[in-house]
Amino acid sequence: MVSPRTAAAIDRVQAAIDRDGVLSISGIRKEFPGVLALDDVQLRIRPGTVHALMGENGAGKSTLMKIIAGVYQPDAGEIRLRGQVVALKSPLDALDQGISMIHQELALMNWMTVAENIWIRREPKNRLGLIDHAEMARMTADLFARLNIRLDPRAQVSELTVAQKQMVEIAKAVSHNSDVLIMDEPTSALTEREVDHLFAIIRDLRQRGIGIVYITHKMNELFEIADEFTVFRDGKYVGTHNAKNVTRDDIIRMMVGREITNMFPKVDCPIGDTILEVRNLTLPGVFHDVSFTLRRGEILGLAGLVGSKRSNVAEALFGVTPAESGEILIDGTPVQIKSPAQAMAHGMAFLTEDRKETGCFLTLDCLENIQSALITRSHVKNGFVRQAEVNKLAEDMARTLRVKTPNLQETVENLSGGNQQKLLIARWLLTKPRILILDEPTRGIDVGAKSEIHRLITELAAQGVAVLMISSELPEVLGMSDRIMVMHEGHVSGFLDRAEADQVKIMSLAAK
Amino acid sequence: MSSQDITARTAPRTQRKWPAEVNILLVLIGIALVFEILGWIFQGQSFLFSWNRLKIMILQVSVIGIIAVGVTQVIISGGIDLSSGSVVGAVAMVAMSFAQVSTYARAVYPALTDLPMIVPLLIGLGFGAIVGLINGWLIAYTKIPPFIATLGTMVTVRGFAKWYTKGQPISFPTEGFAWIGSGMMPVVIFILVAAIFHVAMKYTRYGKFTYAIGANAQAARVSGIDVERHLVKVYVIAAMLAALAGMVVAARGQTAQAGMGLAYELDAIAMAVIGGVSLQGGRGSVLGTAIGMVIFGVIISGFTFLRLDAYYQEMIKGAIVVAAVVADVHRQRKRRKTS
Repeated sequence: MVSPRTAAAIDRVQAAIDRDGVLSISGIRKEFPGVLALDDVQLRIRPGTVHALMGENGAGKSTLMKIIAGVYQPDAGEIRLRGQVVALKSPLDALDQGISMIHQELALMNWMTVAENIWIRREPKNRLGLIDHAEMARMTADLFARLNIRLDPRAQVSELTVAQKQMVEIAKAVSHNSDVLIMDEPTSALTEREVDHLFAIIRDLRQRGIGIVYITHKMNELFEIADEFTVFRDGKYVGTHNAKNVTRDDIIRMMVGREITNMFPKVDCPIGDTILEVRNLTLPGVFHDVSFTLRRGEILGLAGLVGSKRSNVAEALFGVTPAESGEILIDGTPVQIKSPAQAMAHGMAFLTEDRKETGCFLTLDCLENIQSALITRSHVKNGFVRQAEVNKLAEDMARTLRVKTPNLQETVENLSGGNQQKLLIARWLLTKPRILILDEPTRGIDVGAKSEIHRLITELAAQGVAVLMISSELPEVLGMSDRIMVMHEGHVSGFLDRAEADQVKIMSLAAK
Repeated sequence: MSSQDITARTAPRTQRKWPAEVNILLVLIGIALVFEILGWIFQGQSFLFSWNRLKIMILQVSVIGIIAVGVTQVIISGGIDLSSGSVVGAVAMVAMSFAQVSTYARAVYPALTDLPMIVPLLIGLGFGAIVGLINGWLIAYTKIPPFIATLGTMVTVRGFAKWYTKGQPISFPTEGFAWIGSGMMPVVIFILVAAIFHVAMKYTRYGKFTYAIGANAQAARVSGIDVERHLVKVYVIAAMLAALAGMVVAARGQTAQAGMGLAYELDAIAMAVIGGVSLQGGRGSVLGTAIGMVIFGVIISGFTFLRLDAYYQEMIKGAIVVAAVVADVHRQRKRRKTS
């Protein structure tokens, strides 16, 4: 029996849940150095529904999920769980309060058993205070029976397939009896049959009144499983709708619908002969049968969502992680590119996606950062670097690109993202490339530096450099490219000419 | 993104006005002055103004200083070398066995006595190069962490040193070989080695690549640097310098024992770290290590001068190394926050 007061309290909570959903957030703002990732964002998850989050790369979905799961702390805004305002201080805290997240990158301990992974931190103990493995196996078997998963609780996780690991993750999340379950691209590694199984589990959880947040790039999944969906764009909330009332095109329009500003000073310049031809480039399990041509003076945009493996193609072209089959032809001659040094010998340059991980030497100064690629190939005599010469070249290039720093002996870690990016571009321009691969050339940099970099890319194309530009920003791709190649999950899903391309067409190819 | 935060981030910043070595030099001067004052208080005499004391001090640390020059390069490349102390022991044994005089009846190789000094020298360096090749290959191509790889060679090479003569010391070197350890020779060799590698690290492609790899191995690879091959070179050089130190030790003592060089690797790492070489790689210099070496020497001879018990000395030495690493980690974290 519950006391009248408790009953009243329960009623109040129930009323709050009916009004606000099990989880409701509002006014969330999150800023990272140089980027406003989320700006006044809201979301309401009702119990017993599957709520899909949609948006392009960088729309802010993952950041928001990390806030809900306690990984990041918001700069402003309110999170209400079952009607109560809560602070989610850590992933553990979020879990204890009833929010589980299944991460995109699986987070299982490979060298432990399935059961140990699921019950970690909550292991059943016997009378001696030691872990009761028999009981743990039994609990796991019960859980699996409930979810209709067929797996041996005592199997070691390292021996499972990716799909099986995914199931373990899901079982683990369910075992917490959370009210809110977040799934970030849960089907990316699953086959069709496994996806059906996952959906059966999701429907079952929905039946039990759990609120499920579902992030996906796949349109058909949205229509199959989601009840409601919310669209984000550029870190802002666009709208929430019932999945029954909209069409695919409506959603795409909501995802991309923004004005194209005139910050992309693309000038038409003469396009010359084919310089790079790629035939059936394949790296099994990553990308397959990628074929395209690139001509002198052409800017080929490469668009695609997360998981489209655009960057992997670029890395293969430059020999960072070579492809296993397929052909690369430069000036019509087949070439072998097994290392960045070989790619550079063929006149290629590669601005990588992640400035900090694969670009900058943060502890070194600007000059050294600009010169690192140049001195692998020239300006060295008897092992000694011709310092005066390369300094002059680096200084001139830094001036051309308007790198802002008190002096070029400054350590690069003290520079802003935009200036670091310019240094990296300077690094590659000094090698006088004929083929320039740019992976997210303007990511995370301010508007001013962005348009300078755009102008520079156009100038290079005008000088006859062939440019392959990967970008997650559709306006950038549309504004800069002569032609656009779109990738979807490791395959080329289509090409669009500058004249015919628009955001909706690109997204249709990218989201399939 | 608003335009305010853009201008804030690109605004010029005040920068460090002098090279990092100056800070370390100031630390050295500070420590020396402290001992000078303590000297007048407790011993009633000057610590610094004793030519003899300074000579002994610098002689004491020079041998390990030679190792530290190699270790500095390894640490700048983002690695660590624990095998150098064992290389000292093994090379002392091997080189000495080719440097014995014929008048000694129980030479290791009775047929190979009275050889010119260059023979044991080259054999010793060659031995070092082989150990370095093994270290470098393990680290660059099998991708085991440098700590583990060089821990393995450390134990193995020490074992080799003991096995070489079944634990017997080797003595009676030729005059020529003994010369490289005589008088101020260890200091001269250290200065030569330090000068060569200071120039190499600052002005040659070898040095630039080493810094680049330590700062960001992935970025170095994308820049077209053959990271694996370069790392092998770095470890070979480090082990050859340890080998050189081993021969200097043996020549100075005119005898070689398998246990020589025990824990030298730690002192060498300590000198580098005290000298501002970051264990995270990509930062530091040979000049800094040289200053770190002198700091190390000043502290040890300072304690001796103050008649501090040797046991305390070791404990304090350990604490200083830990303090230097903590200071480095702290500096890095501060940098990361401001950038």
